Amino acid sequence: MTSPAISVSGLRKAYGDKVVLDGIDFEVAAGSVFSLLGPNGAGKTTTVNVLTTLLKADGGTVRVAGHDIATEARAVRAAIGVTGQFAAVDELLSGQENLQLMVDLHRVGSGQGGRVVAELLERFDLVESARKLVSTYSGGMRRKLDLAMTLVGNPRIIFLDEPTTGLDPRSRRTMWEIVRGLVADGVTVFLTTQYLEEADQLADRVAVLDQGRLVAQGTPDDLKRQVPGTHVRLRFATVSELDAAARLFTGSTRDDEALALRVPSDGGTKSLRALLDRLDEHSLGAEEFSVHTPDLDDVFLALTGHATEATR
Amino acid sequence: MSTKSPSLVMLRRNFKHIARNPTSVFNAVLMPVVLMLMFVYVFGDAFDVGVDYVDYVTPGLMLLAVCYGLGATATAVNSDMTKGIINRFKVMDVSRGAVLTGHVVASVLTNLIAIAALVGVAFLLGFNPAAGLLDWLGVIGVVVLLGFAAGWLTVALGLAAKSPETAGIAAVPLVMLPFFSSAIVPAEKMGPGIRQFAEYQPFTPVIETVRGLLDSAPSSGDAIAAVAWCVGIALVGYLWARSTFTKRA
Repeated sequence: MTSPAISVSGLRKAYGDKVVLDGIDFEVAAGSVFSLLGPNGAGKTTTVNVLTTLLKADGGTVRVAGHDIATEARAVRAAIGVTGQFAAVDELLSGQENLQLMVDLHRVGSGQGGRVVAELLERFDLVESARKLVSTYSGGMRRKLDLAMTLVGNPRIIFLDEPTTGLDPRSRRTMWEIVRGLVADGVTVFLTTQYLEEADQLADRVAVLDQGRLVAQGTPDDLKRQVPGTHVRLRFATVSELDAAARLFTGSTRDDEALALRVPSDGGTKSLRALLDRLDEHSLGAEEFSVHTPDLDDVFLALTGHATEATR
Repeated sequence: MSTKSPSLVMLRRNFKHIARNPTSVFNAVLMPVVLMLMFVYVFGDAFDVGVDYVDYVTPGLMLLAVCYGLGATATAVNSDMTKGIINRFKVMDVSRGAVLTGHVVASVLTNLIAIAALVGVAFLLGFNPAAGLLDWLGVIGVVVLLGFAAGWLTVALGLAAKSPETAGIAAVPLVMLPFFSSAIVPAEKMGPGIRQFAEYQPFTPVIETVRGLLDSAPSSGDAIAAVAWCVGIALVGYLWARSTFTKRA
């Protein structure tokens, strides 16, 4: 398969005056994991909704599994599976009945259907609770059931919208294992996430979405190279102190709004003592002192020049 | 069975919901029966309707029974919309109307159960209609038609409401409407204003048609008005439901 599983060009979407997607382009190779990374409100879910035919685009072209989403929506729907941000499960049915519902809607033959349900319950470790009502399930179990329901009918392209948001670390790891299993079966996965680590763990390619634009695309390693490493954050009381400190530490990045300075550091006690000593020598005192390891915030600061909180 | 239609699959889902949430059925089946006992035993002698009161009020209560089921339908439709599951159905290659059709058919079937229970109690209270087999078939036809029309309108209300709670409230006018018709007492006994309203509102011709059929003396004028109202309401409900369903992603 040489044609991409998903290709998007010039995609635009606005709600009234508010532009949510401002012309984005990307391609997802068949059989790969593509992760759309961004903070809340960046437009991740809107992108998923457009790509899965739930929303109409205002401009641009999108082809999913070779079909145009605008003119061949039914063919697109037949090729994809979607697990949204909020578990789309039926609470008044049991886990097994939820899966059976999907089997019936996909018109899987009855002999085969029973096997599909049993296999999915097994694979997602839901056998014990299969006959319990979903309203009694935990968050992690709901997500697993939700994904299991998505897999009925063997979709070749799967969309996962923040599949691990709100999950405890153990459930998150289980979810990652499941995604890896899908990829091993040759499924294409389009994943949105707020977590850099998740994109790093799962994705072949990552695109960073910020205020409706893609600000970076590449492999996780490409992105990490653009992100500053561990650093120390100093917050000062006045602009003049910030100015003085910024002159003192070459290679530091300043954030005038927060009166903060980011100084690259390895986070070890020696270099920290040296840094504090230098501040002392110049009679500078920071209001606040903290050591940071790189996270999504840093990716954003590095790529967009503003922190994630400011994007909302 | 590899060829289950999506509407049937959805209908089965709705029935499971109803079976697991028996209060809604209880409400739909029990309330009309309670009203019947109340009207026949408590108020019945106070109303002078020219015939045995149970014979007069049963057709009216049959329609009231249709309306009592609607609150549950509106709530169920709305929970579907607000709980993400609808998006799953929408991104699948299944007919989009199947979800809604499932609700409407479930609503009509609940109506029929409620009406069967009501008519059963009516017979115990001395209900003695002159209707023959054909008249009864006509009664069932009219009731199903009304249930279908009110069902589509309720589905539309449920889709348009912001939350399941407001959806339940949105159906209240439909539940109240039969009281301001000839269901309980003849329209000519009502005060001015209300009387005119009762004479011209949709439920009156429907009730009078059922009453005529049960007396084995159907009036074609009422029947035509009843069918026209039902078809009109069904059409408005259907179109409104479809457009709201498409808009709410």
